[in-house]
Amino acid sequence: MLDAHTLSFVYASLMALAILLYAILDGYDLGVGILLPTNNEEHADTMIASIGPFWDANETWLVLAVGLALIAFPLAHSMILQALYLPITVMLIGLIIRGVAFDFRAKAKTKRKSMWNKLFKIGSFISAFMQGYMLGLYVMSFEHSALATTFAMLSGIGVVAAYALIGAAWLVLKTQGQLQLSAIRWCQIAGRMAFFGVIGVSTINPVINHSVYERWFESSIFLLILPIPIICLTLFVLLDRVLIKLKEQPNVGAWLPFLISCVIFMLCFFGLLYSFYPYVVPGKLTIFEALAAPESLNFLLYGVIVVVPTILAYTAFSYRVFWGKVRPLSYY
Amino acid sequence: MLDTLLLSRIQFATNISFHILFPTITIALAWFLVFFKVKYDRTQHPVWLRAYRFWVKIFALTFALGVVSGITMSFQFGTNWPGFMEKVGNIAGPLLGYEVLTAFFMEATFLGVMLFGMKRVPPKIHTLATIVVAIGTSLSAFWILSLNSWMQTPTGFELRDGVVFPTDWFAVIFNPSFPYRLTHMLLASGLTAAFLIAGVSSYRLLKGDNKQAPQLTLKVSLTVAALLAPMQIFVGDLHGLNTFEHQPQKIAAMEGLWETQKGAPLILFAIPNEQTKSNDYEIEIPNMASLILTHKADGQIKGLNEFEDARPPVKPVFFGFRIMVGMGFLMITVAVYFRFTLWRKKSLASWQLKVLVAMSFSGWIATLAGWYVTEIGRQPFLVSGVLRIEDAVTQVASENVLISLIAYLTIYVLLLIAYIRTLFYTADKSVEVEEYQKPSIEENIYA
Repeated sequence: MLDAHTLSFVYASLMALAILLYAILDGYDLGVGILLPTNNEEHADTMIASIGPFWDANETWLVLAVGLALIAFPLAHSMILQALYLPITVMLIGLIIRGVAFDFRAKAKTKRKSMWNKLFKIGSFISAFMQGYMLGLYVMSFEHSALATTFAMLSGIGVVAAYALIGAAWLVLKTQGQLQLSAIRWCQIAGRMAFFGVIGVSTINPVINHSVYERWFESSIFLLILPIPIICLTLFVLLDRVLIKLKEQPNVGAWLPFLISCVIFMLCFFGLLYSFYPYVVPGKLTIFEALAAPESLNFLLYGVIVVVPTILAYTAFSYRVFWGKVRPLSYY
Repeated sequence: MLDTLLLSRIQFATNISFHILFPTITIALAWFLVFFKVKYDRTQHPVWLRAYRFWVKIFALTFALGVVSGITMSFQFGTNWPGFMEKVGNIAGPLLGYEVLTAFFMEATFLGVMLFGMKRVPPKIHTLATIVVAIGTSLSAFWILSLNSWMQTPTGFELRDGVVFPTDWFAVIFNPSFPYRLTHMLLASGLTAAFLIAGVSSYRLLKGDNKQAPQLTLKVSLTVAALLAPMQIFVGDLHGLNTFEHQPQKIAAMEGLWETQKGAPLILFAIPNEQTKSNDYEIEIPNMASLILTHKADGQIKGLNEFEDARPPVKPVFFGFRIMVGMGFLMITVAVYFRFTLWRKKSLASWQLKVLVAMSFSGWIATLAGWYVTEIGRQPFLVSGVLRIEDAVTQVASENVLISLIAYLTIYVLLLIAYIRTLFYTADKSVEVEEYQKPSIEENIYA
């Protein structure tokens, strides 16, 4: 039986892992949705085929992340969710629209297909933007001010760019021919936008959040954490180089952009964690104050220890089954 | 002006009612697919593969609607019912956690292999993936019904400063009403899927589809319905006896009994009147309710007036119960009679097919009615005897809840229309598909 302090740490780490995996995994499939062309049905079909077997499981990480918050830090969960009531509703509607559009576009009447394609794109965009918007409000401690809203909008655009980046990188990996070339171009544009987004958010955040400033610039481990932003920004530059090379030889190292994007996501996420730890609601509630009953969390922990590695194993199996360049989706 | 409490309740009811439509189908449809697939593996007869392919499309669509409406549910606790997790989160949390961990990931991941992996994995692995998805959907029913049953009949906990703490997890999970509710719901899912398959298969036959597959699926689904419907009546009765023991006020509302009495009548129809605390326009069978519930003609049944401060709303429970039971008996009659016709005459008459088309969604009506009975019958408590509904509600402004409610309602209505239309459109398309020439053509499907 673990004590409350250890459990706070364990569950906060699990929640962080779930959020990070969600951002990467649903990030790429939302990104593919955002990039969906409305004037090229063949490309749209291939793009959707590339995420078909995965999107459902990807979205489950969101349920797990929210679930862990609900289970381990119920007070934080209700504070955050009540503060974000309307943005969450909008995001959920976005997720609903895109989730069902995925199936309806393939099964509804042919004349309706382009409508469902558009809804898929719009739904993906709304979900991504609202996630970034809520992240912005969270960073601003749910302040009601013009500054907070502006920052949240910026953060929304940043997340759309980041998801488009990782979505395009996924397409570079999974597609070939004309579509792959388009994906390389999208990846470059989204990469540059995300680059400025990351710089923007990471400069504004310490300027308006004094505790974040202290955390980064008045820290005794300043030199230890300094490499995080430096490596992150270097990776953006490297990504750009790789993409230029890929235009010439699309088959050499097509997996690199996706890998680099994943590392960028991890570094940004780590930077965010570092800025706020141990707070789960910035400035209001720490992971140690918000914890649920240890006897309940210990009971769930048995399951976590057995099941989470199993989930990771069969997720790997599913990616192995659908390894390689995408083929048309068919039920048989 | 509508207040946050009422709006949140309407919104939760809307979300859960919409959500449950889809798992109710997929839980059992997954097992139908396992059956089709295993039959195909064994016999290599293409008709089973046809059945599988058609219904796996419907499954995918239904599953997607279940997933997206389920994600909404996971946010509702925090946005609208924060008090629920603050008071009983120590029980509800791990049960929900186990559902996500053991069921959601498994079904979502293997669904990818099941839907799109037939050419990519060996046949046995594909069948295995189908079985894993079916296990996943049933496991998810296990956990969520455990939690729901605990809210109805809580055991294995203690209260400290108004907050619930677990003392015995076995007693929490296998609380008194859980085995009955789980069985009742799984059977309801079986019947819902069976009548859907029967309805859509009949629709195809009426549209002139003379292939083997719809005839086969009609036969399989009617057989299942004819077997499950009588079982459901039996299990439903046991569930009722369990409720009588643990939640007598719910039984009183279901039966429409106001006064505690010995030899209580079975009220077939009435209009309960909450003002006069009596029924108008009663039609009753003397002593029958006592006989059913206590197995004695003069057994005592507690009336609603005994539960003055904790009385559930009577009308919805009373009518919901009658709709559910009425639908149950209609299903049993149709299933048994039509299955008999099929056995004697090898095919159904056109009017019989039309009846089945009309009853495609009869399972939805019975299931929703049943859930309204059990959930409204728990009122005014959220967790029986532990937490009242008004103590769990959000601080969010009522305007915001109104906005979200309107948004959900609009989108759910549109999606329901799109779902049903697409279902029958998929059936229309399949009518035009050619029958296979010889089994050998499709034997090499995995090559």
